[in-house]
Amino acid sequence: MTVLSVQDLRIAFGAATAVDGLSFDLAAGAALGIVGESGSGKSATALALLGLHRDADVTGKILFDGTDLATATAEQLRRVRGAGIAMVFQEPLSALSPFHRIGDQIAEVYRLHTGASRRAARERAIEVLRQVHIPDPSRRADAYPHQFSGGMRQRALIAMALACRPRLIVADEPTTALDVTVQAQILDLLDEVRTTTGTALLLISHDLGVVAGSTDEVIVMRRGVAVEHGPVDTVLVSPRAAYTRALLNAVPRLDGEGPAQAADGRVLLDAAPPSDGEGSAGAADGRVLLDAAPPLGRERPGRAAAGEPLLRLADVRKTFPAGRRRSLRRAAPIRAVDGITLDLRRGETLGIVGESGTGKTTLARMMVGLVAPTAGTITFDGVDVARRRRHPSRRSVQMIFQDPLSSLNPRRTIGESIADPLRLQGVGDPRPAVEDLLIRVGLSPDEYDRYPHQLSGGMRQRVGIARALAPRPRLIVCDEPVSSLDVTTQAQVLALLADVRQEFDLTLVFVSHDLAVVRQVADRVAVMHSGTIVELGDVAQVYNRPEHAYTRALLAAVPVTDPAEARRRRAERQNQPTPPSPIPG
Amino acid sequence: MIGYVARRLGGTALVLFGLSAIVYALFYLAPQDPAVLTCGKGCTPERLAEVHAAMGLDEPALTQYRHFLQGLFVGRDYPAGPDVRHCPAPCLGYSFETDQPVTALLADRLPVSVSLAVGAEVLSLALGIGAGLLSGLRRYRVLDKLVNGLILAGYAVPVFLIGLLLLMIFCVYLRWLPFPTYVPLTTDPLAWAQNLLLPWTALALIQAAAYARLTRAGVQDTLAEDYVRTARAYGFTERRIVLRRALRGALVPLVTLTAIDLAAIMTSAVLTETMFGLPGVGQLLVGAVNQIDLPVVVGVTLLTGCLVVVGNAVADLLYAAIDPRVQLR
Repeated sequence: MTVLSVQDLRIAFGAATAVDGLSFDLAAGAALGIVGESGSGKSATALALLGLHRDADVTGKILFDGTDLATATAEQLRRVRGAGIAMVFQEPLSALSPFHRIGDQIAEVYRLHTGASRRAARERAIEVLRQVHIPDPSRRADAYPHQFSGGMRQRALIAMALACRPRLIVADEPTTALDVTVQAQILDLLDEVRTTTGTALLLISHDLGVVAGSTDEVIVMRRGVAVEHGPVDTVLVSPRAAYTRALLNAVPRLDGEGPAQAADGRVLLDAAPPSDGEGSAGAADGRVLLDAAPPLGRERPGRAAAGEPLLRLADVRKTFPAGRRRSLRRAAPIRAVDGITLDLRRGETLGIVGESGTGKTTLARMMVGLVAPTAGTITFDGVDVARRRRHPSRRSVQMIFQDPLSSLNPRRTIGESIADPLRLQGVGDPRPAVEDLLIRVGLSPDEYDRYPHQLSGGMRQRVGIARALAPRPRLIVCDEPVSSLDVTTQAQVLALLADVRQEFDLTLVFVSHDLAVVRQVADRVAVMHSGTIVELGDVAQVYNRPEHAYTRALLAAVPVTDPAEARRRRAERQNQPTPPSPIPG
Repeated sequence: MIGYVARRLGGTALVLFGLSAIVYALFYLAPQDPAVLTCGKGCTPERLAEVHAAMGLDEPALTQYRHFLQGLFVGRDYPAGPDVRHCPAPCLGYSFETDQPVTALLADRLPVSVSLAVGAEVLSLALGIGAGLLSGLRRYRVLDKLVNGLILAGYAVPVFLIGLLLLMIFCVYLRWLPFPTYVPLTTDPLAWAQNLLLPWTALALIQAAAYARLTRAGVQDTLAEDYVRTARAYGFTERRIVLRRALRGALVPLVTLTAIDLAAIMTSAVLTETMFGLPGVGQLLVGAVNQIDLPVVVGVTLLTGCLVVVGNAVADLLYAAIDPRVQLR
């Protein structure tokens, strides 16, 4: 039986078309995935299902329960929202009202649609919170969203979705903001909820791995059009569409196999949409040939082993004063980095992986001297980083930040931003050098006079790389440099990093939560947990034969794009009664 | 929480102590001899010496200040010729001009100011939130533009202009209301409200502009929040979204501003008080300045400081009470 039938859905914002003729059916209790990069129209589709667009032209048919939601009255729509179709949004913190208790918010939705008494609604709220495995739900129902962890907030949102026993749950990027182990838990939960309640699931994600294990059928969208639609085992294993293949190729893989390559060692990737600005470098058919990162990987072990230490960390610690006082005694300080000893070898790429709050970023900032360690020493080429303020080697260490938009001054042109470190060095007219750098990172010299907001995410990160390269550093510390980028853009930026590393003879530290990305770029990897390094070794060794339980838990949680493998891993996780690692959900 | 309140109270006391020292130094230890000012025109040397002794100015500065503090906690006596004027605690000084302790003067005037401030604040909140909500929901439409124009007018027009217009319209032409005088609430509540209606309105029209602008911005910001989208996606009616979500978010900055504004109106609504003949604290201050009645000036200044500091503390407490994310520490 079909729950939802979408026929020839078209969504336009003024002259721009977001979705251009999308059709699909979703059977009761089934799971459909929609994947695509930003701007593909997948989220616009989700919002259209509930009539949540305010200034868009939506045409076509959205048949749910015999009603066409595309033409339904406001009151009809209102009755379907939450009760018939329930949404689970991406940002679990901002998606819940900060002023109301979690139990109250769920109960409010339940009362709205059932007219139940306050008491009955509260009981229902506790019941669904229990269903999503919130511990001690009757007490936790009185908590405010900010008192929950990210994973628990997402569970609470799923509980809200379950409250009115909907026939369809639409989950729009439900795990994007979450750590990899929590992401696995949430996906497992969505799967469990679907099988126990019989509700259908529409899972929307940019991540092929997320969709692989949790859906039966998948639609690959690009620029508002479904380029491929079929059973997940077919689409993700033997894709027909070139775009699906490119997408799959761009996904970094845990087994160390890089993207499939053309004969000349380059990857065939579709260029980003022209509106993105990135396509300017593309070939006439809208595709670009990119240098692949992996060839560098092949020669890794030799390089790493030969290098002598460039940056040495000796028992480095960083504590931050605890925020809240529980009593008259001052609370114990938070140990962000708790005793790390590490040698970074000249010429290697060291990956640092870990989940949020493990101290990765603090460690990275200490490496470049942005944060002073509380104890221990960091020496760069024999000079103490802390005392390097006036030392000429100060410029030899640079950093690339995660969010290229907020780390660039919005009121200055990107050329000026890149020129700043050169001016500090006393270069009188930095423009030629900056233009040269822009070309080096794959941008046009004309971009010098543009502002950060005029560039796409990928271009901004290229600017970030150019800025880091400007003072001719020997070491660059990259803090989550590709986390905010689409998978194809991510592949391009990674390839660029691999390029400049070779050309400028750089040593790289690559901090990321994404194990697959680190696998692709790093020679050695350090796994961080609670401010310490629990495992350090060559990537092949750590990924193939992880020794620490935490590393194993992390690796097991990474989503894979092979549906059969994803299902096998889920079964494996479910056979383990307790989470394999001490990570709060 | 209790620890926070205790610490905050301690801080408040410290600020007031510092304020009293500064104010005292400013007025009594300035090069100009306050006794000459108090003594006034046609002052004889004998009279001046008498005043000197009465005000305690013949003593060293620190001793003077100690006496002043002493007066605050246990009261003090002022020699005045053959008599002794007793000023009971808390003694902020003795006004020889009016032959009354400053505290008594303030106690006389404060109910008027409180009546004015509370009423005006209630009215401005109602007006401001109402107008802000309407324009926030009808963003960039005619109504929004109208409200925005009024907000700008509220900022631009001085209170005495509005006050005079109100007096002319309602008391002179229409004769709906008597010319305001102050009737204590305890004597006749109806007359109290009737007499205060015009001053409340005059103040509220000005004050409401700020609240309307804040509400408008708050409502717009909240309506753009993800959790409003969630509410909409779960079938909330627009009315419920506005009342339970948008207004809730807009309320936070309003409440804190209100607490501070209340304190401000109580002591600085001089123009309004003067225009409507209300014997409030503001008038007291103006009168004291004109007559160079220093003890009163010092007293009012300290009261103002006290209200502002307390208002701020209350605002912070309220802030924590209405926004669960705020932790007091």
